[in-house]
Amino acid sequence: MTTQSASSDLYFSTARQLRSKFDAREISSVEATRLTLERISTLEPYLNSFITVTPERAIADAEIADQRLRGAGQEPTSLTGVPVLVKDNFSTKDVETTAASKILKGYVPPYDGTVVRNLKDAGAVILGKGNLDEFAMGSSNESSAFGPVHNPWDTERVPGGSSGGAAAAVAAGECFIGFGSDTGGSIRQPASLCGVVGMKPTYGLVSRFGLLAFGSSLDQIGPITRTVADCADALNVISSLDHRDSTSVAAPFADFGQDIDSGIAGMSIGVPKEYLVGGMEPGVRSAFEASLKVLEDLGANISEVSLPLTDHALAVYYIIAPSEASANLSRYDGVKYGLGSLEESTSAQATEAVRGEGFGDEVKRRIFLGTYALSAGYYDAYYKKAQQVRTLIRREFTDAFLKYDALVTPTSPSVAFKIGDKTEDPFQMYMNDVCTIPVNIAGLPAISVPGGMSEGLPVGLQFIGPQFGDTTVIRAAAAFEHTTGWHNNHPLI
Amino acid sequence: MEPLTPEDVEYIAQLAYIKLSDDESEKMRVQLTNILGHFASLSTVETEGVEPTGHTTDSNTVMRKDEPQPPLDREQVLRNAPDRDGEFVRVRPVLE
Repeated sequence: MTTQSASSDLYFSTARQLRSKFDAREISSVEATRLTLERISTLEPYLNSFITVTPERAIADAEIADQRLRGAGQEPTSLTGVPVLVKDNFSTKDVETTAASKILKGYVPPYDGTVVRNLKDAGAVILGKGNLDEFAMGSSNESSAFGPVHNPWDTERVPGGSSGGAAAAVAAGECFIGFGSDTGGSIRQPASLCGVVGMKPTYGLVSRFGLLAFGSSLDQIGPITRTVADCADALNVISSLDHRDSTSVAAPFADFGQDIDSGIAGMSIGVPKEYLVGGMEPGVRSAFEASLKVLEDLGANISEVSLPLTDHALAVYYIIAPSEASANLSRYDGVKYGLGSLEESTSAQATEAVRGEGFGDEVKRRIFLGTYALSAGYYDAYYKKAQQVRTLIRREFTDAFLKYDALVTPTSPSVAFKIGDKTEDPFQMYMNDVCTIPVNIAGLPAISVPGGMSEGLPVGLQFIGPQFGDTTVIRAAAAFEHTTGWHNNHPLI
Repeated sequence: MEPLTPEDVEYIAQLAYIKLSDDESEKMRVQLTNILGHFASLSTVETEGVEPTGHTTDSNTVMRKDEPQPPLDREQVLRNAPDRDGEFVRVRPVLE
């Protein structure tokens, strides 16, 4: 396999570099798309990042993009002609959409979700649909009905999840940007484990219309990229006020990257001590401490802050997310699309059979957990209690942001673990999200950037901002990235 | 907390419309009991008088203009149904 060559220069280009090459006529979008499709064919037997690849559509879109880049039609955008992946829980018109579940096998949506629409309008070239944990429920990509994704840094290890296909594909040069969804860390944690950038924007800034719903009050779409600048560009394309999503809000700023070059001298950054949990790997901790030193050298004021309710965030999340999931997934009844059952003698029996057959273990576990938490007699003790503690967690963050511009934490307590290592104990798997979950509970923006290496594997650094502080976390992450250059490390695949 | 009983699991399965095998039911009982045990600490948080948070954008009932939009293509929608009859989706008998 190639490591250093002209083609690997292309595969590991940033989206911005690729766009410059289009403008300089060094390469066309069709050529870049063909080379990327070849790269996908070569690597997929080892990685399994994609559930569906759509080469003919991609080439056709690239041809149109090339015309646009040469001045025909609309003004090109930052993503015109750039080959990207979208997670397979994004509704794509005429292209099978499975959410990595057997229950949706064969489902072909009659419409595009808003983010897919925005990407097409911008002229991005969609290569196909990224693998994920079934219905985005997982932290390792092992719950996919289409098999696990392998981490390009070590193919015996997981890429993280649930947007594991997107993160692995970006890290391995199978696409230039991957779009994922993040309910409790599903963009940031795989970005961390694969050594790339991943961001969950403030809840509401990106439309959820056409995202197959998991936890509606927590879900948010965002990009996985090689650099922070690409992340800001991608967010500018996908963020929009959308009347099809009643929780959609307009961004109070014009450009996610408006402060990207401002540096962090004088910025006040808090280190929440509760995030440095007991189970954190020593290599992750030492990389984190080295990163804090970098931030100090860049002129940031770093100090410790206490957010005591962090210890309850995991419980709050694993009540609220499964409760919302149990309601959202009630639509999969085997009548309108996907798996059906023609054998049973009543409609109710057919539904029970289809759902028993079509959902995997983790999805069933969460539906059961949520159904229990919402059932008569337990609602107050679990669901309502969790929503009240959610209020308190939000207040704790709001208070912290009176004093700090941003918070900084490790993204994940561990580097990528071996496939199969954590599948026996569901709660151990849930612990992977301990640093990312509080952000979704409070609806905040957060970004993970490459923050060092431990045992030859990438470690992520997470910046958390106040609500609508997206430009601040992008600014801090860009300053860190510029100084450390960790993002220039690529797997030898 | 008290461990869940097989009857608890059967009741949840009915509410959730999911058929489990006997092995799956027992595994689910053990795993749910374990996970719920980790949530017990929530009861130690004082929440008297605290409003619950449903979502974080602080917007309430959002209305949009009542304007006609083009509908989805009927054939494309129906093509996804596991069992159809012309313009109809077929279901198993609702009443036994």
